[in-house]
Amino acid sequence: MSSHTTDRRQNASATASVIDQPTTKRDGAGALTEDRDTLVKLFHQMLLIRRFEEKCAESYSLGKIGGFCHLYIGQEAVGVGAISALRTDDYVITSYREHGQALAKGMSPDAVMAELYGKATGCSKGKGGSMHLFDASVNFLGGHAIVGGQIPLATGAAFASKYKETDQVTVCFFGEAAVNQGAFHESLNMAQLWRLPCIYLCENNMYGMGTSARRAMSFEDIAAKSCAYELASEVVDGMDVIAMRQATLRAVERARKESLPTLLEARTYRYMGHSMSDPGKYRTRAEIEKYQERDPIKLFRARLEENGMLTDDDVAAMEAEVREQVDRAAQFAEESPEPAPEELMTNVYANPLR
Amino acid sequence: MAVITMRDALNDALREELARDPNVFLMGEEVAEYQGAYKVTRGLLEEFGAKRVIDTPITELGFAGLGVGAAMVGLRPIIEFMTFNFSILAADQMVNSAAKMLYMSGGQFKIPIVFRGPGGSAYQVSSQHSQALESWYAYFPGLKVVMPSTPADAKGLLKSAIRDDDPVIFIEQERMYGMKGEVPEDADFTIPLGVADVKREGTDATIVARSLMVPTALKAAEELEKEGINCEVIDPRTIRPLDIDTIITSVQKTNRVVVAEESHPFCGVAAEIAAEIQERAFDYLDAPVKRVSGVDVPMPYAKNLERLAIPDVPQIVAAVREVAYL
Repeated sequence: MSSHTTDRRQNASATASVIDQPTTKRDGAGALTEDRDTLVKLFHQMLLIRRFEEKCAESYSLGKIGGFCHLYIGQEAVGVGAISALRTDDYVITSYREHGQALAKGMSPDAVMAELYGKATGCSKGKGGSMHLFDASVNFLGGHAIVGGQIPLATGAAFASKYKETDQVTVCFFGEAAVNQGAFHESLNMAQLWRLPCIYLCENNMYGMGTSARRAMSFEDIAAKSCAYELASEVVDGMDVIAMRQATLRAVERARKESLPTLLEARTYRYMGHSMSDPGKYRTRAEIEKYQERDPIKLFRARLEENGMLTDDDVAAMEAEVREQVDRAAQFAEESPEPAPEELMTNVYANPLR
Repeated sequence: MAVITMRDALNDALREELARDPNVFLMGEEVAEYQGAYKVTRGLLEEFGAKRVIDTPITELGFAGLGVGAAMVGLRPIIEFMTFNFSILAADQMVNSAAKMLYMSGGQFKIPIVFRGPGGSAYQVSSQHSQALESWYAYFPGLKVVMPSTPADAKGLLKSAIRDDDPVIFIEQERMYGMKGEVPEDADFTIPLGVADVKREGTDATIVARSLMVPTALKAAEELEKEGINCEVIDPRTIRPLDIDTIITSVQKTNRVVVAEESHPFCGVAAEIAAEIQERAFDYLDAPVKRVSGVDVPMPYAKNLERLAIPDVPQIVAAVREVAYL
């Protein structure tokens, strides 16, 4: 662990200007050792999330989705790679930018889209919306909309696994801006102090809404902050789905075998605004295009093709299938009924007393 | 029935519920090795071990949120705040996570958790350690708020709170830990949440009081009895959900109401009770509802000023005389 933290400190001067540096760090973790089915499934999931989010943007502009809607486009490799390293009974909890992670954890695109449309068939019965997707059946503990609010909750889920001796692992996603919240620091302290099987996965997309990390952090090397709590940490190329999977596998092993937490910092980038209402005037088109050159789907497709695991025909067939699935989800959402008026008053209490 | 202190009644409730359900655990600052800042958790570490009775760092937001997360996946945490003043640091997790989780997940994730500890006025600890916060928490649908006024109520209500599947804010009164009373010894003794108790029957005026104001109101009622004024004292015990029916039934009988509370008057629980009474029983009132609240200032340190800031027996007596036009 101390070697990790020493490395981070040595890298600090380089990472302080992360905005000017595409996330090219590979650290040798990207070799393809998985079988073709696993790899193609990862590609398929990223493609599904990309097309799902594009459909969300379209539906939002048509007024079918309301409120805030935070898209995951550009960050697909983080959620897909990390969640692929988990068992189905492991817990995932995250922020309000969670459509992609929800799908990667196995939630139905129909139920997620219906939730965004505010329909009774939505995963949260139309009461949560885009920021509050939940599915107990796949141990998806929700999207949470107070920045950093999910981090203590994740710590609690990990505490419960240890208490019940179930060997389940919890992965907690949050953005780099959440690192400035007390909840992050309080949680890391407790997790290492009590050896909780929790993976704190920071998706560093370099902007907290419209404020760049450079304008919000006195010290931008997020992984290095783990040294304050003697936590193991790792910086990962968040545009490389295999790097994400392998780093998460290492963290999962540490959590399951040694009951120890890990802080992963995934260097990634969001292509869209913070939410659908963000005009994005705080960054240039050129900056976005620079990151799009390392688009996670494009990069992974090229690697699969180089390794003879994917052809253009495979991709075309997958595209057609994914588009149909997304269209079907939108149609399902469209045709689903609104919640009954009586639903307004249900689920306030588990034991209503009057 | 044994005569024990409020502190020991709470300790018994915790012990019995820890023994009853292995998913119950207790966490907070100084609850284990130090035996509790107010000794409410005395002996529990020895009996249940460090796995279930857990000392925390001073990190209220963190351990409150940890409790909510543990409750999401099947545990039943009891989170002690050394005092409720410190719960303000944890309010985001109590309000935005605990209170709303069941609703915004469409009924999928219930949060069976108790946040407990002392609240209200204490002895000469000034503004940051001496305040009543029940109106904050009672504001939020999804939370239940409980405030016991006797050792028996403390035990029975805390046991119910721990068994309840919703987040319960359980506010003990710091000045009342040493108060003694009869408490049933049966391990299955509970008092249902959401049910008020008539602490004294009467016909001439109703005094609605909670927590420390209950013994204060009972003393006021004794004083008034000497003048021939027969007061009914009602303790809601649960602030949310409020048993307004018991209050209204009393008002229909006495036609006069005083609501006594330690908290500040503005946006307080007494204001809510007064509003509910005028909505439901306006025609039964022979006088406007009178509030006796803590003075609308931060709590001072000096003994004489502190005494002036907290409602006392003479203030409640005067208020009853006022609604009785005496």
